[in-house]
Amino acid sequence: MKHTLSVLVENTPGALSRITGLFSGRGFNIESLSVAATLDPTLSHLTLVTKGDDPIIEQIIKQLRRLVDVYKVVDVSEGEFVEREMALIKVRAEDETRAEVLRTCDIFRCKVVDVSPRTYTVEVTGPESKLKAVIELLSPIGIKEISRTGTIAMAREKKTA
Amino acid sequence: MARMTGKDMVIEALKREGIDLVFGFPGGAIIDVYDALEKDGNVKHVLVRHEQGAAHAADGYARATGKVGVCLVTSGPGATNTVTGIATASMDSVPIVVFTGQVPTSLIGNDAFQEVDIVGITRPCTKHNYLVRDVKDLPRILKEAFYIARSGRPGPVLVDLPKDVQNGKAEFEYPDEIGLRSYNPVTKPNAKQIERAFSLIRQAKRPIIYAGGGIIISGAHKELRAFAEAVNAPVTMTLMGLGGFPGTHRLSLGMLGMHGTYAANMAMANSDLIIAAGARFDDRVTGKIEAFVPKAKIIHLDIDPTSIQKNVRVDIPIVGDCKMALRGLLNIVEDEGRPAEDWIEQHQAWMQQIEAWKARHPLTYKKEPGVIKPQYVIERLYEMTKGRAIITTEVGQNQMWTAQFYKFDEPRTLLTSGGLGTMGYGFPAAIGAQMAFPDKLVIDVAGDGSIQMNIQEMATAMEQHLPVKIVILNNQFLGMVRQWQELFYGRRYAATKFEWNPDFVKLAEAYGAKGFRATIPEEVDDVLSRGLEAEGLVVMEFAIAPEEGVFPMVPAGKATTEMLLV
Ligand SMILES: Cc1cc2nc3c(=O)[nH]c(=O)nc-3n(C[C@H](O)[C@H](O)[C@H](O)COP(=O)(O)OP(=O)(O)OC[C@H]3O[C@@H](n4cnc5c(N)ncnc54)[C@H](O)[C@@H]3O)c2cc1C
Ligand SMILES: Cc1ncc(C[n+]2csc(CCOP(=O)(O)OP(=O)(O)O)c2C)c(N)n1
Ligand SMILES: [Mg+2]
Repeated sequence: MKHTLSVLVENTPGALSRITGLFSGRGFNIESLSVAATLDPTLSHLTLVTKGDDPIIEQIIKQLRRLVDVYKVVDVSEGEFVEREMALIKVRAEDETRAEVLRTCDIFRCKVVDVSPRTYTVEVTGPESKLKAVIELLSPIGIKEISRTGTIAMAREKKTA
Repeated sequence: MARMTGKDMVIEALKREGIDLVFGFPGGAIIDVYDALEKDGNVKHVLVRHEQGAAHAADGYARATGKVGVCLVTSGPGATNTVTGIATASMDSVPIVVFTGQVPTSLIGNDAFQEVDIVGITRPCTKHNYLVRDVKDLPRILKEAFYIARSGRPGPVLVDLPKDVQNGKAEFEYPDEIGLRSYNPVTKPNAKQIERAFSLIRQAKRPIIYAGGGIIISGAHKELRAFAEAVNAPVTMTLMGLGGFPGTHRLSLGMLGMHGTYAANMAMANSDLIIAAGARFDDRVTGKIEAFVPKAKIIHLDIDPTSIQKNVRVDIPIVGDCKMALRGLLNIVEDEGRPAEDWIEQHQAWMQQIEAWKARHPLTYKKEPGVIKPQYVIERLYEMTKGRAIITTEVGQNQMWTAQFYKFDEPRTLLTSGGLGTMGYGFPAAIGAQMAFPDKLVIDVAGDGSIQMNIQEMATAMEQHLPVKIVILNNQFLGMVRQWQELFYGRRYAATKFEWNPDFVKLAEAYGAKGFRATIPEEVDDVLSRGLEAEGLVVMEFAIAPEEGVFPMVPAGKATTEMLLV
């Protein structure tokens, strides 16, 4: 099962490599990882997507919490959550396919962020499933380059007061 | 507040942490701290002959005392030489702090002379580590290093000190309190969980306490004994738990696991309730995991949540200090005030079964005329020292025979590398223990292979006038590996026979120590008594049966009930 972990870590040199080292050293898997500063400059926020059965996920969370630099770990996929990923996709767009690329973009509400005579660069944002669908549709046309952010996520607030 | 150099801060922090002894080896990148140490004159330094020895000695000191051991080395090769010692301490949860010199911050990353990324190298085998980039941070880091090393589940911490940080100046204010928001080990166990655990204990017909190194780390031996006696439950120990419960106690089943006793392994397999206390269900203990304790419910007391549910499913986890948890259990037993006879009756059939197992296959070995059996040497060593020595071991058969045939009644009397299984650990660890307890008898039980891995420390022991006794069980083999080859690799002894060993007696003499040798059983007592009584560093070499094995043995990957017996 896939799990999305939201991790707050001390913003210290080495903290990130402790986390990635933990995963490689213990044979845990990282599907995606994204890191950025938070409003509090002493903390970084990290979203980590991993796979494993329940005991493995339990170990991963405990091992993360054990790291001296890790402040908080939440498995956001335990409850309701929003997840987003962004990709920049440079796709071949020659005469006969230019329209098709634009049509696909339209359907998925992607933005064209760069244009050249032979390519479009498309920005797509959404849950991983949406990115997957766009990539699948654009692939036959010819994807020249792709750059993805990895998933970021947040738990949803309760809908009732 | 006074301004102080980084090197003086290190010495000052040592003193404030109550550290009066460090083990180390100097070099250019740490020369400044050494200079501060020398000028101060209040912290004793033990100069080793190899930095691995310094790390193990600090570890031995820590295991023998429960205090933090400290070691001080230079950058580059000095630092890398400590890595085995750090990993050894990490696997066995031993609190040590290692200070390494580092090239100046301006040169870091330049492949400067004797530069190595020791913080990167040791990240996976320390509990935590620091590269100090600014002398202003040093007081806080020093305070945190000692706190992290000794609190929660203890472990090694490394502090890398660039040369400019050692010589830079800043205000020195040693924090009284730790403000680590991201590090808060849970020590107080949950009372509800303790009650739940007790209700299982109350019903169990075939309980067993499986005690590990956590008992010794937390100083819970008194609580463990009181609890076991109160509910009349048998106790088995891991290698790391030996001494956490008296080995001579009627409720002791000795060690469990790969080379554990028949009774201990049978009792685990047939138990209906396992009370694991400060033990981590290592594969040497569980054997084939699918076949491990099929019928039992499991209560697991451990301070580290990662130890719980890591290898086996647990019914009642109790996170926290096991001394407090056992105290909690004991309080409930006492409050209930159930007569002792009721507990005895509840486990009567079980205890009878256990006695039968003990009687069927006790720890034993075959005597052969004219040949020294290693088990006999350990038995005699036990009897002649009345079990009162601090014993360190090397790794291999020598270690297992010691675990089986020396009965440890007191905690912190067996110092052995369990998790990493580091050959070369025992002798430097004995030096550390002897530094801590100059008047106690400290003995390293060694193999002929392992002793050669840190034999250079004989000079250290001589220099410090340490009366460490070394018992070498010389089988001219890397015996434990040879045993596996004999049993599982068609007796093909690939690279395990030593065609050449030094003359250990002469070697001892070359270092200025005393050496004795026994080659027949009749000489064993004489060598032991002369060796133990002689002053100073002594080597006692026993030419033992070369192909003697360690039994019982659970072959790797087999169920623990599938023991090969003598
Ligand atoms: C050649 C060889 C053969 C071996 N054969 C055997 C064998 O037959 N049997 C055997 O048992 N071992 C054997 N070992 C040792 C084995 O590899 C492990 O080191 C050992 O089993 C681990 O012991 P432990 O479970 O007590 O854990 P330790 O490594 O001692 O860990 C201690 C546990 O206690 C916890 N803890 C620490 N402090 C506290 C506290 N304050 N409160 C509560 N919990 C705490 C820790 O989190 C950890 O989970 C062998 C080793 C070698 C080298
Ligand atoms: C540093 C290191 N290298 C290799 C091993 C693998 N190993 C485990 S036991 C053993 C044999 C040890 O030989 P010796 O010290 O003579 O002890 P014996 O088993 O003969 O008593 C070896 C090589 C180890 N544990 N540690
Ligand atoms: Mg040997």
